[in-house]
Amino acid sequence: MRSALNRAARAARSVRWYVRELTDESGYDRYVAHVRAHRPDADVPSRREFERMRTDRQDADPRQGFRCC
Amino acid sequence: MRTDSPRKAAPRSIVIWTLVALVGAAGWSVLALSRGEEVSAAWTVAAALGSYAIAYRFYAKFIAHKVLKVDGTRATPAERLNNGIDFHPTDRRVLLGHHFAAIAGAGPLVGPVLAAQMGYLPGTIWIIVGVIFAGAVQDMVVLFFSTRRDGRSLGQMAREEIGPFGGAAALIAAFAIMIILLGVLALVVVNALAQSPWGTFSIAMTIPIALLMGFYLRVLRPGRVSEVSLIGIALLLFALVAGRWVAESSWAGAFTLAPSTLVVWLVAYGFIASILPVWMLLAPRDYLSTFMKIGTIVLLALGVVVSLPTLKMDAVTDFASQGDGPVFAGSLFPFVFITIACGALSGFHSLISSGTTPKMIQKETQVRLIGYGSMLMESSVAVMALIAASVIDPGLYFAMNAPAGVIGDTVQNASQVVSGWGYQISPEDLAAAAKNVEESSLLSRTGGAPTLAVGVSEIFSEVTGGGLRAFWYHFAIMFEALFILTALDAGTRVGRFMLQDMLGNVHKPFRNVSWKPGLVITSGIVCGLWGYFLWVGVHEPLGGINQLFPVFGISNQLLAAVALAVCTTLLVKSGRLKWAWITGVPLVWDATVTLTASWQKVFSSDPRVGFFEQRSVYQAGIDRGEIVAPAKTMDDMHTIVTNSTVDGVLTAVLALLVVVVIADATRVCIRHVRRPALSSLSEAPYVESQIVAPAGLVPTRREKEEVRDAVGAEPRG
Repeated sequence: MRSALNRAARAARSVRWYVRELTDESGYDRYVAHVRAHRPDADVPSRREFERMRTDRQDADPRQGFRCC
Repeated sequence: MRTDSPRKAAPRSIVIWTLVALVGAAGWSVLALSRGEEVSAAWTVAAALGSYAIAYRFYAKFIAHKVLKVDGTRATPAERLNNGIDFHPTDRRVLLGHHFAAIAGAGPLVGPVLAAQMGYLPGTIWIIVGVIFAGAVQDMVVLFFSTRRDGRSLGQMAREEIGPFGGAAALIAAFAIMIILLGVLALVVVNALAQSPWGTFSIAMTIPIALLMGFYLRVLRPGRVSEVSLIGIALLLFALVAGRWVAESSWAGAFTLAPSTLVVWLVAYGFIASILPVWMLLAPRDYLSTFMKIGTIVLLALGVVVSLPTLKMDAVTDFASQGDGPVFAGSLFPFVFITIACGALSGFHSLISSGTTPKMIQKETQVRLIGYGSMLMESSVAVMALIAASVIDPGLYFAMNAPAGVIGDTVQNASQVVSGWGYQISPEDLAAAAKNVEESSLLSRTGGAPTLAVGVSEIFSEVTGGGLRAFWYHFAIMFEALFILTALDAGTRVGRFMLQDMLGNVHKPFRNVSWKPGLVITSGIVCGLWGYFLWVGVHEPLGGINQLFPVFGISNQLLAAVALAVCTTLLVKSGRLKWAWITGVPLVWDATVTLTASWQKVFSSDPRVGFFEQRSVYQAGIDRGEIVAPAKTMDDMHTIVTNSTVDGVLTAVLALLVVVVIADATRVCIRHVRRPALSSLSEAPYVESQIVAPAGLVPTRREKEEVRDAVGAEPRG
């Protein structure tokens, strides 16, 4: 019983991980980790600032994230 | 490459691969040998999956290790240039999903449906053989070379490796192809939504839903994509159900639109959406369509496997040899090979394989999984679309896909014409088929989307019961229209970007992408151009899809020729001359097919096929003051003359551009073989990789140990 619950919890966690990665929802956490690792003194943007920067980059170069027919 | 794999295969693996080969061979044998009786779709599935497995295991592995010599110790751009945003090493399973969602759209669903007019066999063979030897190879090789060049785009690689002349030709071809693609995709939507209040309402609702999601992500809870997507999908399904109520209410009139009204709406939508910031419409729509796409494809695969329907279409119809099919004219060779592009060989994929994906790939060794593997997945989507088109009654298929000029606009007339082709269907059955999916008529609903939707509703309702048939039909329409509208927006932006770059040479400010007047002007030009083809397609007396789809197919395959030419040049220049045939043979095949098709579309003396012959037949009619069917008025006659001229000139110009690219590539290859010292190769220098990651989807025992060791040595994991 317990192991079944554990397994279900693990499955749910990996689904959540996959969806967050696929939609790039995890992008902010990744970016923060990246900045902290490479430039420890640099300011880290807030989530709001980061998401804005990300879509504005796409505005500037629409080839990012282009989809095919 | 590490030579860790033992040269001798294990007995267990020999047994497994022999079984896989037998399954595939059984599928092919039944498909090839059965004549006159109905065949189960199970055999198509067996032939496809068996062939894919063997190609992936043997051919793709051979290309990756013997030809490309992928190097697991070499750092990819994602590792070297990691900036935490667009360059970052991404888990291979995530990137597989990403790349697949980016390459698979409406293309693999539309082409196979139209090609079914020649029977299910030619299309099935081309989809499976084409993907194994051409399409998937192209995607993998482009991905590999772009990864070695910091994620350079196809255009940049063409310029750097072939030369400015070939590079410029490739760029102009890519722009023209983008315009035609957008025009034809928009035409598919118009044909699916015309006179259909249910469909039009639910698609219209996607706009406020996307705006709401965009606002949520920008202002309320930035970056919470999963939760907003769940909200969006729930609203979307509600809009789909509500569509039926609207269609049955007094509002139905407001959403029952004529094709020409829809054209105006679509062009206006494309223009406004493309000048709005990405966060408002495009980004949220993209989340919606990605989820819908993956969900529906999984559902469809389950539906096909669970219900295993029988194929009612003939294996090969008479239209294949006679070349007088109503869906598109021309004989099997070359026209099946250009009608089915996405799913077998698609030039557009080279733009993705040399765009976002190479900046995210963790390891060079993963190009086989990401490049070749995703394309096999897309090919299986194309096979499912072909199955869906072949399970419906062939009489209904032809009544839905023949232009109104051929079958008329009453069920009696349509039934008579279709029966004349040898496919019996009564007027009552035609009317009942429309009533089943709650549409006013299914006659001449060309473009592939409605046919696919009928096929999907047939397959799904076999699993869920007949009561939901109309729901599934509109579900499928909504799902296709959703991502075509997203493609219109995204494609207009990419076309605009190319145009800004070109105009920037003439007037500097255009190159500044945030210069508002330039943005509005270039967006307007791009929408005007594809809008022109859309308008023409809707008003074409000879049938818009019938006339324009071949031009679209030719242009997509010409882009593939450019990509394969770049790949072959790179193979030669990087000292892999011995293996140049890997992309060289697909290039020769693709160039032969596509240039033959262009030649026939331009010069054929059959007015159904050749644009200029068509022009002279109708021009002669105008000169004599006679109206030639299917034109009904003198205006129709003039429309046909103008359209045939435009289509003919366009086809000829595209073919010439590609001949230029191929000739320039050949010149560079010959020069390299004669005097290698003259050519330069712009490859990023070798840097040793610090990342440890498996190459395939399922890690081998050795890879697991390596990952474990690496985690042990490095605390942050």
